Amino acid sequence: MDILIIGLLLGGTYALIALGLNLQYGVARIMNLANGEVLVAGGFAAFWFYTAGQVSPILTVFLVAPAAFLLNWLIYRLMLERLVRRARSRGQLEVDAILATFGLSFVAVGVMLAIFGGDYFSYAYLARPVEILGETYAQNRVVAFLAAAILCLALYLWLNRSRAGLSIRAIAVAPESARLVGIDVRSRAAIAFALGGAVTATGGALVSSFLTLDASTGVIFTLKALIIVIMGGVGDVRGTILAALLLGVVETVVASLIDPGLTLAAAYALFILILLFRPQGLFGRRPT
Amino acid sequence: MSGREVQGLAVAVALLLAAATIPFSGSGYWLGLGVTIAMYTVLATSWALFSGPTHYISLATAAFFGLGTYVVGLGFEVLPYWSLLLIAAVAGAVLAALVGLATLRLSGVYFVIFTLGLAELVRQVITWAQNLSGQKGLYVLTQITEAQIYWQLLGLAALVFLAGWLIGRSRLGFALRIIGDDETVAAHSGIHTARAKILLFMVPGLVASVTGAILAPRYVYIEPALAFTPILSFQVVIMALLGGAGRLWGPLVGVIPFTFLWEAVSSNFPNQTTLVLGLAFLLIVYALPRGFAGLFDDLRQRAARREAAA
Repeated sequence: MDILIIGLLLGGTYALIALGLNLQYGVARIMNLANGEVLVAGGFAAFWFYTAGQVSPILTVFLVAPAAFLLNWLIYRLMLERLVRRARSRGQLEVDAILATFGLSFVAVGVMLAIFGGDYFSYAYLARPVEILGETYAQNRVVAFLAAAILCLALYLWLNRSRAGLSIRAIAVAPESARLVGIDVRSRAAIAFALGGAVTATGGALVSSFLTLDASTGVIFTLKALIIVIMGGVGDVRGTILAALLLGVVETVVASLIDPGLTLAAAYALFILILLFRPQGLFGRRPT
Repeated sequence: MSGREVQGLAVAVALLLAAATIPFSGSGYWLGLGVTIAMYTVLATSWALFSGPTHYISLATAAFFGLGTYVVGLGFEVLPYWSLLLIAAVAGAVLAALVGLATLRLSGVYFVIFTLGLAELVRQVITWAQNLSGQKGLYVLTQITEAQIYWQLLGLAALVFLAGWLIGRSRLGFALRIIGDDETVAAHSGIHTARAKILLFMVPGLVASVTGAILAPRYVYIEPALAFTPILSFQVVIMALLGGAGRLWGPLVGVIPFTFLWEAVSSNFPNQTTLVLGLAFLLIVYALPRGFAGLFDDLRQRAARREAAA
């Protein structure tokens, strides 16, 4: 039972990270492999503010999110938009985007290594026990989960209720038709990409309160987020959240019952099952 | 064979023979460099055989390479060495077929993501198995010299180039070029796209596994973190794309300068290697989308046009 809850708590933060990637891939059509580095950078910021000034990671988020938004907006506008314009087909854009964001991710790792060195970093924020249903859990995990849950809900409502959110979803479904009904696809795509980066960085700040990170762990998070997005279905908020919770639980089960070194193997097992049986995503419909 | 092909073949054979004399120079430095270049040439050329025409970026080289080293590490005391190379070839081809069956029937993104984590996945499983059996790494102590490793790699390189040339002329190669241009058209004209892709993906899988097997004696001591180093996959991708994956000789043109650059960077600025990898990726995407080979073609076309105008 406690394994299940720890898994759900972990899955909640995964959901936030994967939603960020899903916005970037679903709307801006950029398979962002530098996503994990954005996360680690968010974690670094939270770590730095906490150790330097005892600022709680929850407050740091309000600084990290706008900064990540701006940075990702600039990256999209200056670097990735050129690829979108250059691409003659969806496939070519995918290849270019993968290579370019790979480059960005390595550059980011290199820069972070130069600034912070290769050490692991962690800090003790809210490392107090809290009791839920008769079992005890670390308070920081619960707080991170609640923050992630609130943000996921807010994103879901924004995408489904507000005019701006709906226009972003319209681009995800049909970019050509979206333009015909008067949506400025280019600027909205940039905003979606930037928002995705901000959401991921927020997730990073939250994750850093209970996981140990280092400059080169980003790629592992990128992989997990990618697997979640594919499991949940591109552009599907509900599916992403469910897939993230599923991954969190499976990983925790494998780590505590078999071996903690096999978490990626567990994620891959899920991935293979999805590829073989539901490649269109958990809630996706089979294309006719 | 046309006259140009005979010419190309003669140049290739001459280069190969010249390369084969390096061990006689007696210099350990040049031989070591030769092994590195031969290894990357084999890996990058075979990578481009699949990823060049299909545009599917495979990041699984390290997984196959590590598989090959482990085949030799586990078996060299029991079986003769040459049979291990065969086993490594079969193991690499089978793993590639499995990966292909799971991912190549779907869109390219799934394939990239899957291959990105494959080396890490195999590494985790082997580490776990080793923890269960209580051993940490494997010692590979053989009589095989560096020069023998080098000659084996050169032989493998010759086979890869030959295979590439034959595939380029075969129905399979033609089918793959059509798939790369437009998959829907390919499917409509009766090409079994998934089967063609899986078959061709087995080539780099097999070659990388054999390369790992050939190099295993050089490492002497094998452990998962060394055999499955993910950076190898990225280096191979960069070298192949830098040279140009559209031509058979393209990757070779990328391998040589990048090997020298890499040697220089990793001995002078060992902490900045990741940064260099990143910049190389960006350079390829923004400045050299078709690699040196594409640049060469553009220059030749421009020269031809100027001649026509004059």
